[in-house]
Amino acid sequence: MDISNANEFLIWTRGSGFNIAVSIFIIGVLIRILEIVLLGRKQDLAEPRGTEWGPGFKNILSRSLVDKGTFRRSPFVVVVGYIWHIGFFVCLLLFVPHIELLHATLGIKWPGLPNPLVDSAAAVTMFAMLALLIHRLMHPVMKFLSTYEDYLVWLLTFLPLLTGYIAYHRMINPYPAALGLHLLSVELLLVVFPFTKLMHAFTLFLARWYTGAMMGRKGIES
Amino acid sequence: MTTQLNIAKGINALKEQIDAPTAAFFSSCVHCGLCAEACLFYTETSDPRYTPINKVEPLKRVWESEFTLWGKLKKVLGLHKPVTDELLAEWEPLIYDGCTLCGRCSMVCPVGNDISTMIRKVREGMVASDHAPEGLVGASTRAVKIGSPMGVRLKALEAQIRHIEADTGLTIPIDVQGADYMALLSSMEIINFPEYIESLAKIFKQAGISWTLSSEAFEATNSGIQIGSSDIARELVQRVVDGAEKLQIKYVISPECGHAYTAIRWDGPNLIGRPYPFKVVHILELLDQLRQSGRLKTSGQYSKRLTFHDPCQIVRKGGVEAQPRHLLGLVASDFVEMADHGKMNWCCGGGGGVSANERADEIRLTAFKRKKAQLDEVNVEVMVTACANCRLVLEEGLEENNMDIPVIGLSELISDHLTEE
Repeated sequence: MDISNANEFLIWTRGSGFNIAVSIFIIGVLIRILEIVLLGRKQDLAEPRGTEWGPGFKNILSRSLVDKGTFRRSPFVVVVGYIWHIGFFVCLLLFVPHIELLHATLGIKWPGLPNPLVDSAAAVTMFAMLALLIHRLMHPVMKFLSTYEDYLVWLLTFLPLLTGYIAYHRMINPYPAALGLHLLSVELLLVVFPFTKLMHAFTLFLARWYTGAMMGRKGIES
Repeated sequence: MTTQLNIAKGINALKEQIDAPTAAFFSSCVHCGLCAEACLFYTETSDPRYTPINKVEPLKRVWESEFTLWGKLKKVLGLHKPVTDELLAEWEPLIYDGCTLCGRCSMVCPVGNDISTMIRKVREGMVASDHAPEGLVGASTRAVKIGSPMGVRLKALEAQIRHIEADTGLTIPIDVQGADYMALLSSMEIINFPEYIESLAKIFKQAGISWTLSSEAFEATNSGIQIGSSDIARELVQRVVDGAEKLQIKYVISPECGHAYTAIRWDGPNLIGRPYPFKVVHILELLDQLRQSGRLKTSGQYSKRLTFHDPCQIVRKGGVEAQPRHLLGLVASDFVEMADHGKMNWCCGGGGGVSANERADEIRLTAFKRKKAQLDEVNVEVMVTACANCRLVLEEGLEENNMDIPVIGLSELISDHLTEE
């Protein structure tokens, strides 16, 4: 890609491309959440033993911690699952250029981590994701459950990390092309987000709350 | 033609089951596969089809194509996966033979999905589309027509009562108007474990409890809950409510039976569409209340090494977890917990109608290997539980594995240690 094409590409991914992707993401996520919440729940007429709200919120927190039995039986998925989720959020939220972008668009900011640290986090996250992909392809249960969507979502989650890594290390020239590719990969992720299991990033709060609330009613510790 | 009609009924029944929690659960699953490791039908068979979240596929398809914009679009374009008769036929054994509705999967799902509630919902669609197993259809037909899934009639109960009264000199009250408590029984208790009735009589006499059985509403088991038919479940709950209202009692006592508790305590008011004019108390809750208020006087302790098998519906899904421990503390000197216990206990393998479904006998005994592994770790002489169905299933599994461990009911253990007056 020559430099003027690269610049044009970057301008599009920064401008129209970004706006389209963010619009689809926001509208899509809102529709999906409304679709769920508006279904409502039937009023429960059984006399409750406990309350719903507290246990619902407690479950939102407690489900982030793994139970002993699950850890013993699937240590790999649990540990690598934590690693890649944490690594991904470190790269997304604690990389200084990302924070500056958010500051420029939303006006909010927070301290970031030194670049080399985020760089290592990205490498670790990509390794963890590759390991999980191999696990998904090999483990009888995960292989059985997986559909094309699982692999597509894996790829679209992996690409922003990879292109970000490439851009940071100037592995593709000219630089605007590398940065444009990174932005494009993020935009792809945003566009598919509302239509795939990526929605869990939002809906798990609902799912955990509903289950915790049900447990609370019955007096089961959530 | 009938098949088409049945499929339409099944899909409709599934549609009626979708609510906000179900939609949130389906939207959140990331196919991590961790629920498989919580399910004894997967751990003991290593067959990935038994992965809990896989069992809800028919409901998932209905949710996606009917309740999401994206799915509706796919349906218009013919890209959706429809619910077919073949699909339901293929899923029937997964839903009925390979799931006891024990709810262990719902405890471990990292995104918080209550998978077992979804499987219970799938059963509604199975019944409506004529895909329920013969054994459960038979049991629920008997429950509706005769009043008991095992075909136990009032005469059989009266005969057991006469025996107990002759043997012990106790009185088993029937149809006492205005009694405080009305006790329910499961058919299995009447036929296989009448010592439960005797234990109630002894304990209540000592505690000075005003109680009665009802000749019209003594059966607690609810085959409608097991097969997954709200219509049948409603009719069976209504009988209990009518019986209790007729006698104007204050409390209904749910017996040592797991699904009976779920049916009468949690599902009942929602099935009949109104709150009860009485309270429902599980027998273990009541015994623990009596212990706390000093009305349960015991002496001596059972010295054999024993463990407690938590019935799923009473503990994990019913919230009665501390009470059995308090009660065992009273009468057992060598009580050990299995590594996974309380709300994380492993099912006996025969709940949720599995033990009433002969087709599932083989897989049930395979699933029992989980309980066997748990028992091998604690090395006990005796097992205590609080569900007649668990008890029968455990006894059969233990016998099959040549394990000489008697199983006793907790109420019975308490009554054996009552202070003589």
